[in-house]
Formats: sequence, C-alpha cells, structure tokens
Amino acid sequence: MTRPWALLRNSWRQLTSMRTALTLLFLLAIASIPGSVFPQRNVSAQQVSDYYQEHPDLAPTLNKLGVFDAYASFWFSAIYVLLFASLIGCIIPRLREHWQAVRMTPPEAPRRLDRLPASAPAEETDGTPAEAAARIRTMLRKGRWRVTAREQDNGSWTVSAEKGHLKETGNLLFHVALLSVLAGVAFGSWYGWHGNRILVAGEDTAFCNSVPQFDESGLGARVDEADLPGFCLELTDFQAEFLDTGMPSSFEATVTVEENGAVTAGRRFAVNSPLRLHGASVHLLGHGYAPIIRYTDRYGVSQERVTPFLSTDSMLTSDGVAKFPDANVDPATGQRQDDQQIGFQGIYVPTMPENGMVVQSVFPAENNPGLTLIAYRGNLGEDAGVPNSVYSINQAQIDKGKLTQVGEAKLLKPGESWTLDDGSTVTFVGTRDYATIAIRSDPGQLFVLFSSVLGLIGLTLSLNGRRRRVFFRITAADLRESSTTTSSSFMEAGGLPRTDYPGFADEFAQLVAATRPGGGTAEGTE
Amino acid sequence: MAELSDQLLVVTVLAYLVAMICHAAEYAFGTKSHIGRAALRPERELVMSGGPALVEKSSDPVAEAPNPWRSVLIGRAAVALTGLAAAAHIGTLITRGIAAERVPWGNMYEFILSATFIGIAAWLVVLVRWPNLRHLGLFVALFQVLLLGVAGMVAYTPVGPLVPALDSAWFIVHIAAVSTSSGIFLLGAVPAVLYLMRAGYEKGKRSFPYTLAKNVPAAAALERLTFRLHAFAFPIWTFGALIAGPIWAEASWGRYWGWDPKEVWAFISWIVYAGYLHARATPSVKRNVATWIAIIGFLTMLMNLFGVNLFFGGLHSYADV
Ligand code: HEM
Repeated sequence: MTRPWALLRNSWRQLTSMRTALTLLFLLAIASIPGSVFPQRNVSAQQVSDYYQEHPDLAPTLNKLGVFDAYASFWFSAIYVLLFASLIGCIIPRLREHWQAVRMTPPEAPRRLDRLPASAPAEETDGTPAEAAARIRTMLRKGRWRVTAREQDNGSWTVSAEKGHLKETGNLLFHVALLSVLAGVAFGSWYGWHGNRILVAGEDTAFCNSVPQFDESGLGARVDEADLPGFCLELTDFQAEFLDTGMPSSFEATVTVEENGAVTAGRRFAVNSPLRLHGASVHLLGHGYAPIIRYTDRYGVSQERVTPFLSTDSMLTSDGVAKFPDANVDPATGQRQDDQQIGFQGIYVPTMPENGMVVQSVFPAENNPGLTLIAYRGNLGEDAGVPNSVYSINQAQIDKGKLTQVGEAKLLKPGESWTLDDGSTVTFVGTRDYATIAIRSDPGQLFVLFSSVLGLIGLTLSLNGRRRRVFFRITAADLRESSTTTSSSFMEAGGLPRTDYPGFADEFAQLVAATRPGGGTAEGTE
Repeated sequence: MAELSDQLLVVTVLAYLVAMICHAAEYAFGTKSHIGRAALRPERELVMSGGPALVEKSSDPVAEAPNPWRSVLIGRAAVALTGLAAAAHIGTLITRGIAAERVPWGNMYEFILSATFIGIAAWLVVLVRWPNLRHLGLFVALFQVLLLGVAGMVAYTPVGPLVPALDSAWFIVHIAAVSTSSGIFLLGAVPAVLYLMRAGYEKGKRSFPYTLAKNVPAAAALERLTFRLHAFAFPIWTFGALIAGPIWAEASWGRYWGWDPKEVWAFISWIVYAGYLHARATPSVKRNVATWIAIIGFLTMLMNLFGVNLFFGGLHSYADV
C-alpha cells in the first residue's frame, strides 16, 4: 500500500525538480525544430502534398510520426504537458512559502553582525537605544523596508529590516502567467475557427459566412458549423498600388457588410488593418484577377464565367480555367452531350510586354492586359465523382483522348472574341479584382495577450529585484566602558544580500550613513 | 545615398578590423597592470601576436620588459577605433534609412546591421562602466567583422521600400525590440566563450584555446557580465518576439502565432535562454554548464539571423535574401 504511494511521491518530486524542468525545456526546444524543417499542414497543405510527391517513400512514415502537424503531435504535446505539470508542482509550494515569507516579520539580528557580508562597526549615536531604534525604524519604513524593532533582555535594541520580496512575487507571477497563456491558447483553439476564401468583386460573388462557402477552413474542437456568426461580405472595390519595380506598396479592399440585419457599405480594410466584425475579423492576405469569359455555343446560347486565376509570379501572371459543362445542349432534345462540353485553359497577363513573350507579365497592374486561351472540347470529366480542381483542366481526360484541344492557343484582349471551328465564340469580356481573405475568430487571444503582459511585468520584477536584509544593534552607552555620556548609544550594523547584487555595499553604506545623527534620507531602490 | 551606405559598410568593417588588430597588438605586447606583471615572470610562454605566427616571448629580451606606455596607447587607439567603427556603423544605417525613406529594418541585411549596431552600442556602455574589461574588445571586434562580413556577402539586399505587410507601427516596435535584444544576446556570447576559456585557464589548463584567455579579466567577472547581458536582453526579447511580434502578426495575417519557421526559432531561442537563466539560478548546476546553455542560445540566434532565412523561407518576407 505504501510502496506505490512512495513511488508516486518520488516521481512527483523528480518531476518538479529544477533539473527536470531544465531537461524538459531543452526537449521542448529540440522538439520544436522538426516543425521548422518540414512543411506543416496548418501553414501550407500544398507544401505538404508537394513533399509527398518529392519523397513518396519517406512521407507516409513522417506523417505517422506526426511530423507534418508537429505542434499538435503526441510527442510535442507530451513534452509541454509534462513541463506544465512540473511547473504547477513547482509553483504551488513556492506560492505557499512565499505567502508565509511575506507575512513573516524580519528575523532577529544575528549575534555577530561583523560576520555578515556587509557590516559597519559600532559608533556612537544620539538618544537612548529605544529612541535610536525608533528613529532607524522610521527611516527604514520611509525607504519601504519591512522593519521590526525588538528590545533585548539587556536593554539593547535590534532593528531587522528586509526588502525585495517583489523579486519572488514577480517570479511567481511570471510562471503563473505562463500557465494562463497556455490556458488562453487552449481556449482559443477549442472555441476559435478560421476560413480562407477568394472573394471576387461583385454582388453575384458575395460571400456569406458558412463553412461550405470557404475554400479552406478549420473549426475548433468545440465549434459547430451552426455557431459561426452570420454575416455577408461583398467586395465593391479593390485598390492596389505598385511601385515602378512592380513591388506592391499598398492594398485596400472596400466591402459592403451585412451583419445582424444591418447593411453597411464602404467598409475598408487593408493588409495590417483588418476589418473587425462581431465575433470575427477579416484579414486581407492578397489579391488577383478573375477574367470574365463568355461562351456562346453553336446553338447561340451564351454563358458567362468569372473565375479567379491564381498568380504564378510577383507580376501577377495568373492561370486558371473556365469550364462550360452545360454547353452545346441541343435545344431540340434538351440532352446534354458529353463529348461536346467545352473548357478553356488560360493564362492572364495584366501587362503584356511591348514585344516578346506574351505568357509573362511585366507589371502587376492592368496596363496592357491579355488573355491567352487554349480550348478543349469533349468530356471534362466533371461527373466522375472524382474531386475536380476548379483551377485546372482534367489532365486524365486529355490523356484518355476524351478531351481534345481545338485549334491553337489564342491571345485575346478585353472585348475581343474568338470563333471556334464549330462557329461557337468565346469572348474575353474583362476582369474583376479579387481579394484573398482570411476570416478568423480566436476568443482566447485577448486573454493570452493580457497574460503575456503580466508575465513580462513579473519577469522584469524577477530579474531586477534583489532580496536583502539589514540589521542594526543599538546598545546603551553605559553598557560600554568607553562611553562618555549617558544620553547616547552605540550602533552597529550588518547587511546580507540574499541574491546576486553587486551594488549592495553602496546601498548599505548609504543606509548606515543615513542612520547617523544628521544623516541623509534612505530612499533606496526597490 | 544607397551607395554611400554601401561604402560606409566597407569603412565600418575595415575600422572594426583595424580595431581588432590594435586590440590584438595590445594583447600580444600587452602590459595591462596584472598582465604586465605576468609577462615579466620568467616563464616561457607562447603568445599570439597580431598575425598567425606564434612568437616565443620570454626568450626575447626586447619583449621581456614591454613598454607599458606604448601598449596603453595601442589599447586606447583600439577603443577609439571601435568608437569610430560604431559611428560609421550607425552612419551605414542612417544613410540606408534615408535612401529607402523608412526605418532601416526592412530586410535581413538591414536587420543584421541594426542588431550588430545595438551590440556594439551595448559594448561601449559596458566599456564606460567597467573599463577594465577593455581586453574583450578583441573578440567583440572580431565578432563584428564576421557578422557584418557575412551580412554583406550573403544577406545583402538592394535598397527598397517596405512591402505592405511590414508597413505597420507594431512592426517597428517588434523589430526595434528584437534587434536590440538580439544585439545584446550576440554580445553576451563574447564573455560567455571567454569565461569558459578563462575558467579553464584558471584551473591550470595551458593548451590551445585556454591560453588565449591568459590576458582577459577574471572568470567570475566574465561570468557575471555574461549573466547581466542575458538577463537584460531576455525581457526585451520576450516583449519583441513573443508579444509585439504576435500583435503585429495578428493584424497582418489574422493569427498571433502560427509556427512559421521564423517564429519557431524565436521560440527556441527564448526557451534556451530561459533554460540558461534557470540553470544559472540553480546552485546544483555548475556555472560552466549554464554558460554552455547560453552559447547554445547564441547558436539558435545565428540560426534566427542567417539560417532560417537561408534554409526555410516562410511567411516573413525577410526570407528572400
Ligand atoms: C514553461 C517553462 C518555463 C519557463 C519559460 C520558465 C522561465 C523562467 C525564467 C525566464 C526565469 C528567470 C527569472 C529569474 O531568474 O528570476 C525563471 C526562474 C525560475 N523558474 Fe522557471 N520557467 C519555466 C518552468 C519552470 C519550472 C517547471 C520550474 C520548477 C521546476 C521553474 C522554476 C523556476 C525557479 C525556481 C526560478 C527562480 C530562479 C531564481 O532563483 O532566480 N520554472 N523561469
């Protein structure tokens, strides 16, 4: 019965020792490294799948080890859980001790003050020992020392004073703040959520906050799809400014927000200055162009697509596709013909070079736009149940010969049309801007900020605080043979720095000088 | 302005180099009070001269009684040159800022320039307060030459404006705090390394790296300086990397912490330095073990300054050196 108990107590003692804390800190540092070396799912799922492509043998094993979600992996969690257990075990007894230490009166002066690291030999001072003790006490109180004066059996007095409990207070505050940061982070990850989305300008492409409307999203463990606050955003304007070199200098998006039944137009947000809504904030991450492509099929039916093209370089050369699976439906039969679907693969260039290659933009703004299209006819492979990218043509269908290219690639300027071999036409109508936005809610973050600021305050107190004690002994003059008068006493002093404190000798000397009759004040440091 | 800044960088590096040579000369022919005494002892000692050559000293009658006046002069010159180098250093930063019309913290190159300047400024403060630590100047100057040299060679970036994500007040606060604390941490590695060598020397080790520490201040003083610098830099790092940085990241990317490689390494440095402070506060841990932890911290800082940007990339647009 006692054995497991002893074992438990022993392991707990081990866990809460400083050596263990050090080891765990080190392990935490080392365990943080893989996450910076390998791509992380929560940072970029794309890079993880690229890694799978490049290292098909290694990737599954790494995945099993949790390397691609390093900071949520069992090994990383195990280390910080142990560290925080150790931390709790470490601070609880220290809190108790500190509480007692703060309430305790400073201890009695040691017998031999001259043995202390700092000391001042006995010298004559004014008044009886009681008067001198009272004077010293008042002076120390003014300097915010914690003071006790004690009368001794032989009529002499001692004054003990202590300062610097703030150091330990700060240290405990810092460690408690670490715990509360962790609590805040955990709370935020349970109750927070986020989603990313490309928001194309225009009413028909407005966005309403719900999971299916996100391109990519993540909900905390305690968040249900129905919990997301309902609001809608319509991008009404996008301003991008670029330097002559093509480097962006500012981005600003303007949206119309519908929130809680109220519609507000003209709300702006920019990189670094998010749009704060109730329960979520909207961050501007990037921008690009969505070409508008109209296809009029051989029966004269027109359809229009506005598809965001993804940029492939800093000059916003962008590529994407426009697919028309419902094209060329014979109005007589109403039957969809699977081999008559049409899709266009395109490269959009906001500023074409004066001459030379058209496939690469020379400037990110739309100074001389051009859209190069390749047309494909056949079965787009949309219905096969395989998830199909909205950004590319299904290569498998091309390989199988079910989808074939029609004619050559064709360059169109805005407003231009291209007539295909079957008499159908495709028109490049123009473009719309789009903004890449991230919508996030982290209900823990203010709490985390608050805790870290507290922690910083605690840390500063802890690192700059110095605990020290000073003692005075005042003996009546008539107790000493060398005395000349009866209305004076002898005072000796000693001081003990309890933490590394090179300036203590100076402070002590000043204090002693101040206790002498006519001495200065003892405004000490904390 | 931009060319002026580049030229000033060359001046800065050269000035540090000459300061280093002066320190080395003082070191070699040195007669700082107690070293002078040591040098007069009739021992056969190997001393590093300014160059790679090792000269045997006590067998040489000329060096037997070194001229204190000359060597003090060389020492003063070394300090003056360090001051001059620091002036050129800040000149490099200011002209760079003027050329770019913004604070000069927009990319890794400028960041290293700033951090090393803070380092040298902190060193000058240390010099004013504890002039007898002057002999560490050799290593401080060596450090500056290496870091600035590497910055100029691998991290150089032409003058350009800030990308929109960096254009924020919190960014400035973040970078100011991070570069200040990086500079001081970097400087802290100098007494840390010397402490380890000096402590070995004081224990009677007379093999190669320990002999270098023959002329430096006592181990206990070096150790205390190491601690002071780290304890000073740690809260600033905490504020810059773990509070101001996340505030800016929240406004910019929507999350205050995302385990981006740069963030990871800032966190690692923080953890390692916290480990150092713990180790130093624990009586059962030997001081040289604690100091080794500080040196590991320094290596993580180098990873922060150079490694992350070169190897990993990530969201921090600094990444494109
Ligand atoms: C979560 C990880 C931890 C971090 C980041 C951390 C950080 C720090 C820092 C920066 C200090 C320096 C402040 C000073 O010297 O006054 C410190 C001091 C201290 N820590 Fe921690 N700590 C952690 C966990 C722990 C644990 C688990 C324990 C207990 C085993 C502990 C016990 C102490 C003690 C006793 C001191 C005071 C040292 C002194 O006397 O100055 N810490 N901590």
